[in-house]
Amino acid sequence: MTTPDTQHAWPGATLTRIPFWVYQDENNYRAELRRIFEGPAWNYVCLEVDLERPGDYRTTFVGEMPVIVVRGERGAIHAFENRCAHRGALIALDEGGSAKHFQCVYHAWSYDLRGNLLGIAFEKGIRGLGGMPESFCKAEHGPRRLRTTTLGGLVFASLSDEAPALDDYLGPEIRGRLLRVMRKPVEVLGRFVQVLPNNWKLYVENVKDTYHASLLHAFFGTFRITRLTQGGGVLVSPDGAHHASYTIDRADDRESTAYRDQGIRSEKSSYRLADSSLLDTVDEFADGIKLQILSVFPNLVVQQIYNCLAVRQVLPKGPDAMELHWTYIGFADDDPEMRARRLRQANLVGPAGYVSMEDGCVGGFVRRGAAAAGDEVSVVNMGGEGAESQETRATEASVRGFWKAYRRYMGA
Amino acid sequence: MTVSAGRVADLLPRVAALCAEYARAIDDDRLEEWPDYFASPCLYKITSAENHRLGLPAGLIYADSRGMLTDRVTALREANIYERQGYRHLVGLPAILGETDDGVRADTPFLVVRIMRDGAMGLFATGRYLDVLVEVGDALRFRERVVVCDSSRIDTLLAIPL
Repeated sequence: MTTPDTQHAWPGATLTRIPFWVYQDENNYRAELRRIFEGPAWNYVCLEVDLERPGDYRTTFVGEMPVIVVRGERGAIHAFENRCAHRGALIALDEGGSAKHFQCVYHAWSYDLRGNLLGIAFEKGIRGLGGMPESFCKAEHGPRRLRTTTLGGLVFASLSDEAPALDDYLGPEIRGRLLRVMRKPVEVLGRFVQVLPNNWKLYVENVKDTYHASLLHAFFGTFRITRLTQGGGVLVSPDGAHHASYTIDRADDRESTAYRDQGIRSEKSSYRLADSSLLDTVDEFADGIKLQILSVFPNLVVQQIYNCLAVRQVLPKGPDAMELHWTYIGFADDDPEMRARRLRQANLVGPAGYVSMEDGCVGGFVRRGAAAAGDEVSVVNMGGEGAESQETRATEASVRGFWKAYRRYMGA
Repeated sequence: MTVSAGRVADLLPRVAALCAEYARAIDDDRLEEWPDYFASPCLYKITSAENHRLGLPAGLIYADSRGMLTDRVTALREANIYERQGYRHLVGLPAILGETDDGVRADTPFLVVRIMRDGAMGLFATGRYLDVLVEVGDALRFRERVVVCDSSRIDTLLAIPL
């Protein structure tokens, strides 16, 4: 089956074989921006706490489209393309701030907080000469507007009228898992950007890949933060697009020799921490779940590893590059002990994370390994061929779910 | 509290020497010695100028004990997967900012080139060390070393400490 946007073919309808051209092809990448990020998907854009008061704004991207997300005068959240209707320059240059209105620096065209074109410098010309034609209608010119919606303090935007209501988009299970963590007002503890040398899909697959976590990450395996022999499973939304994986500690795992029996590098029995306060954890959600990784198609990850909470935004930057925008969070009502615990456990994640640093380089290993393999395929067969929820994490069901959703968006 | 010119003249070579030795230990891959440059208790944190300006407390690396520094080194040696790489630090001249009962405050600029196993080199980080230094025996040690990177962007991963 040849896709509409490239000369390449998918190897039939199976979700278990992924051709490498899909990570490499420039035309396919352009089509993804149009069909997915600018299509009927909900993109995570910022936190509600970033937009506390009217006029507070953040600049970010929907795919590669620059956008401004801003709290309007009446409290609604607006989003519009960060592109002047005149010559296309960026309207806002900062990461964020507070504004009464926006003005493009190039020719001083100005916009209200909804993205309406308000003013044109020297619109009437000077002394009757020059200026814009009488027929020019400001209301007909403006940056493209996006729909916005919120859930659990997260702000999403869509350029398409066809994106379903967010609750329907997520489905009840994933929505419930999201609100399990995002249950009360959050506080931003820090922001970092990890620039990754790989296609965005390699990172999203890595997030959904419950199979790799305790194999690649010796820190997880050794300290039994997450192991495949522990309780847990993976929930996949019915359309395949979103997932939540979770780990529940089980006493019988503590004596398990399964990893040793498989000769797996990631369990090191001699490895000990000099300061074990890193692993000091409170069951703050009172459900025994030690780790939950949740993804919302196409660009959001909400992570709970012990008491370390973070929101990750995936931004594509060409076929071979992406940015991962980390926002470390706590809750506004955290006590000093919980705050200190979150700061210590943040060592697990981010560009220098005991766990996440490895996810930062493994996508590049795939890009380099498969550089000449555009017409070859990768194998995604653990746990069968389907994309349904499973009560094990020794499966690639949620990775197949990603491809199920991806192919639907791409018309492939 | 400001420091007299005489006290600066006394401190400057000692702070500069400590910063130079610290950088050499990292660049020479003597990471096991890295925790020895800190007093106990201590704070070591890598953050960005933006987080620092906004007062956001999280770090890329955050260690509030010497044990956590040791654990960082052990993880790099025993657990973490990353391509072989090294740093070359260029450390500027410290500015002695003041001295209180808590110690001497200094601000020292740095630049780090990262050298990958295949020989690719690139400017990896620039920034400044915001230090609080105390006497331990007859040596100066870091009570606090906050590494404020000029940029919030990290290429691929940050394994080796700055």
